[in-house]
Amino acid sequence: MAGDIAEKIAVKAGEGELAEEVGHYGDGAHDAAFPPFDPEYFVPQLVWLVLTFGLLYLLMSRLALPRVAGIIENRRERIAGDVAKAAELNGQAEAAQAEYEQALTDARSKAHAIANETRDKMKAEADELRADSDAKLEEDLAAAEARIAATKEKAMANVRDVAAEAAVTIVHQLTGETSEAETVADAVEKAMAAGGGR
Amino acid sequence: MAGTDPIHQFHLNKIVDLPIGGIDASLTNSGVFMIAATLGVTAFVMLGSSRKALVPGRLQSMVEISYNFVADMVKSSAGTEGMRFFPLVFSLFMFILFANMMGMFPYFYTFTSQLVVTFALAMLVISLVIGYGIYKHGFKWLKLFVLPGVPIVLVPLVTLIEVFSFITRPVSLGVRLFANMLAGHIALKVFAGFIVLLLGAGAWWSYPLAILPLLLTIALTALEFLVSFLQAYVFAILTCIYLNDAIHPGH
Repeated sequence: MAGDIAEKIAVKAGEGELAEEVGHYGDGAHDAAFPPFDPEYFVPQLVWLVLTFGLLYLLMSRLALPRVAGIIENRRERIAGDVAKAAELNGQAEAAQAEYEQALTDARSKAHAIANETRDKMKAEADELRADSDAKLEEDLAAAEARIAATKEKAMANVRDVAAEAAVTIVHQLTGETSEAETVADAVEKAMAAGGGR
Repeated sequence: MAGTDPIHQFHLNKIVDLPIGGIDASLTNSGVFMIAATLGVTAFVMLGSSRKALVPGRLQSMVEISYNFVADMVKSSAGTEGMRFFPLVFSLFMFILFANMMGMFPYFYTFTSQLVVTFALAMLVISLVIGYGIYKHGFKWLKLFVLPGVPIVLVPLVTLIEVFSFITRPVSLGVRLFANMLAGHIALKVFAGFIVLLLGAGAWWSYPLAILPLLLTIALTALEFLVSFLQAYVFAILTCIYLNDAIHPGH
């Protein structure tokens, strides 16, 4: 680029006169150099870069970034706190559930115990009643048996007398002899014993 | 035609002449946009964090995304120790991003297309790497340049190459950003200029033909937005990687 070369020559020569003379090859002083390589504007740009970027760095590091960090940290803490609280509440709910289940189990076993007790009591009562009635029945049975035995005895005695009488009568009828009452009674006794006392 | 000159957009002029103590501190159009970028980034971050909402709004979300984006970048490339440089990397990223993005507006000056600016930022990073490396590790830090496990015969050569590659870092860091912005804006301007030239040619065929550079200009604009972000990102991540060398000099 003509302007660029002209600038270099001008710098080397260090003479305003020569620079002006050579500068005519370009399109005037303003277009002399490709702007990004124009040393005339190096210092002003550097000065303002230092000022603005320095200010920006200070504002960011002292003011802005701590504030943003605070917001993010605050949120992180809040979330962690909420999660911890939720876990705690969950624990409480689980404890309540366990307690409820325990109470339920207790009530159930208590009900069971009461039922058992009642059943045992009823059974004992029933047993007692049955035992009572059994005893009474046995008593009655024994009484009845005794009565039967007495009646039977009596009946048997009657039978012997009747048999003896019948035997005397039969003998009298057959032989015409009058038997001794004692002898007949003995014979009847023997016969009944041989007949098994039926 | 001055209107289609692709270099014209890079011309600097002094808005306020400020020679202070022999230093030319004049405010140029580039300086104005440095101020604008500073104010823009500050306004963005400060407004976005002013409500301190637990559930962020749109602006706060953007601020938090930017914060986390840069923080993750620093952590993944330079480790948790690198977080002490987080404000610097964040400032660099946002400053360059805003500068590049503002440059996409017509008539706005893109100061990242100035080599002296990008090179100064690159030198800031490299001086910090050298300064912090020596401050933290003493002169042992220079072992960074001596690769372990290299045959002794090759050590001088490899070390020379390492030193050379280190020296080229600020150059490549600065030139990459500068060249991308410069070339992108020139390309945009050249293709946009074609539209004007074709419309001004006056021939019947030049009007429909002007659609082609128009389409290209639209595509290039989208590409330039991508490049604007990407170059800010590349500058920031390379800063992190270089800083990692200062923090952890072992290879």
